[in-house]
Amino acid sequence: MIEDKFLTRRELAGFIIAIVALAIAAMLPVLNTGYILSLGVTIAMYTVLSTSWALFSGPTHYISLATAAFFGLGMYVVGSGIEVLPFPILAIIATCAGAVLAFLIGVATLRLSGIYFVIFTLGLAEFIRQIVTWVQTTMGTSSGLYVLINIEEKTIYWRLLCLAAFVYLIGWGINRSRLGFALRIIGNDEEVAKHSGINVALVKVLLFMISGSIAALTGALLAPRWTYIEPTIAFSPMLSFLVVIMALVGGAQRLWGPILGVIPFALVWDLITAQFPNQTALMLGIAFLLVVYAIPNGIGGQGAKYWAKFKHWRDFRVT
Amino acid sequence: MSPNLALSVHNVTKNFGGLTAVDQITFDVMEHDVVGLIGPNGSGKTTMLNVISGMLRSSSGKIKLYGRNIARHSANRIARQGISRTFQLVRTLPTMTVAENIAAGGVFSYRRYWGKELNRRIRYMLSHVGLSDKAEMPVAALTYIDQKRVELARALMADPKVLLLDEWLAGLNPSEMKIGINLIRGLRYEGRTIIIVEHHMDAIRSLCDRCVVMNSGVKIAEGNPQAVLNEPEVIRAYLGEENA
Ligand SMILES: Nc1ncnc2c1ncn2[C@@H]1O[C@H](COP(=O)(O)OP(=O)(O)O)[C@@H](O)[C@H]1O
Ligand SMILES: [Mg+2]
Repeated sequence: MIEDKFLTRRELAGFIIAIVALAIAAMLPVLNTGYILSLGVTIAMYTVLSTSWALFSGPTHYISLATAAFFGLGMYVVGSGIEVLPFPILAIIATCAGAVLAFLIGVATLRLSGIYFVIFTLGLAEFIRQIVTWVQTTMGTSSGLYVLINIEEKTIYWRLLCLAAFVYLIGWGINRSRLGFALRIIGNDEEVAKHSGINVALVKVLLFMISGSIAALTGALLAPRWTYIEPTIAFSPMLSFLVVIMALVGGAQRLWGPILGVIPFALVWDLITAQFPNQTALMLGIAFLLVVYAIPNGIGGQGAKYWAKFKHWRDFRVT
Repeated sequence: MSPNLALSVHNVTKNFGGLTAVDQITFDVMEHDVVGLIGPNGSGKTTMLNVISGMLRSSSGKIKLYGRNIARHSANRIARQGISRTFQLVRTLPTMTVAENIAAGGVFSYRRYWGKELNRRIRYMLSHVGLSDKAEMPVAALTYIDQKRVELARALMADPKVLLLDEWLAGLNPSEMKIGINLIRGLRYEGRTIIIVEHHMDAIRSLCDRCVVMNSGVKIAEGNPQAVLNEPEVIRAYLGEENA
């Protein structure tokens, strides 16, 4: 049957685990404010980006490489408005701008089949980066923007944690709502979805907007981390690829999947970039291939499979 | 009181490039009627259903559901107006359970349920098609006839004004066929309005009030099943020129 209780015991357990994990994570700045905290910021950032990416891409199977476009947009909203508007207002503007951009991309492309969508989103992120670079070099004096606002790294970290908690709440809410049910049907068979009365295009655009606005907000929250932002940092295609890889390593089919990919991958990636600073693109390519070949359903998918096997063994073993 | 006109199809044509799969077809379906749509393979029956359900857009012609135009509307709008269907090649939602598959038909469509009411409705549908003991099974683990039952139950969840069945009985063995025919007969006694595409002539005879015969996209006969199946042109269409 379809779950109709407000909170199941499983969900309650999930909530308690999440709150404990959040509380532990929130204590990180108390222990260390140097290298480990900066690693913490990176992990929190990728957790938000990968989880919100998977909200859209997990059920629809559309691989979006536009994360950097949203992220950079959010960063640039903060960078260009910080002299005139308070930071919270800019964060809201960035979120809305992300939603509008996602709406435009969605309306233009979500009728396309998957492969065209991938190419389009990648091309779009590059296109926006070129436009921003061009605007800055012709209209302004430099190629970047100064973000002169004094926000400590631990504040950024806590804000990202709050956003991560919010993303999980949204994901949980979607999963148990009609919207989530519609998404699962769409992921199984779009034609059946349409014939069941679902406006498939609308659902996809809506989800893409949620995902895009969160990525833009993440960019906005991170802008103060750099005092000087440039298009190459803000709109880095590497970011889009990393978000996809981490989500797939963890498993994009489950809400808690991506974080299982983010934590190990961010740690390993940190080592790799320190060891081979000039071969990051090569390493990224290898990682991509390994992930797709070795764990097509992600750590989450593998885990669920072994858990199912264990339960089968437990319930049917001969005693 | 004269019966209501449920669905009217008027001069509908569907071209695929140079091929006219449905050619100027006109027919009416009265409320509570079961209408058979028959004809040899490739005569355009599935295409006709696809045009009615909005899976394909007609090239020209009018389709009205209780007087309201639905031609060239999108499939989701047509579903919401009260047309449900099953597919010639059964289409289930493979990663979901039987109950969830059935639920899919009754959340966004002509009738919309959620929460406890949805579960009540699912339970009713499960027992209606004989799947009560399989509610929580993954749909992929079901036998062929059970998957067809799931698809039928999903279509019925919306309590549609018109139900379209595309070869719902095809691929069943003789004993399953009896069960299947009885299921559809049950729908008929409920007063459902149905269009069935079918090859099995006994099924057509025992289930349909009227039938429409197509050949190469054109309507070649219409009327009482017994009479229509004896018309020389229909026999010719089915057996080929040389046998007529
Ligand atoms: N999507 C399509 N594109 C091109 N031709 C099609 C398509 N669907 C059906 N046809 C053609 O239209 C004709 C009618 O097919 P169909 O409606 O499936 O017949 P039936 O259901 O009566 O067996 C066939 O010649 C078929 O090849
Ligand atoms: Mg057919």
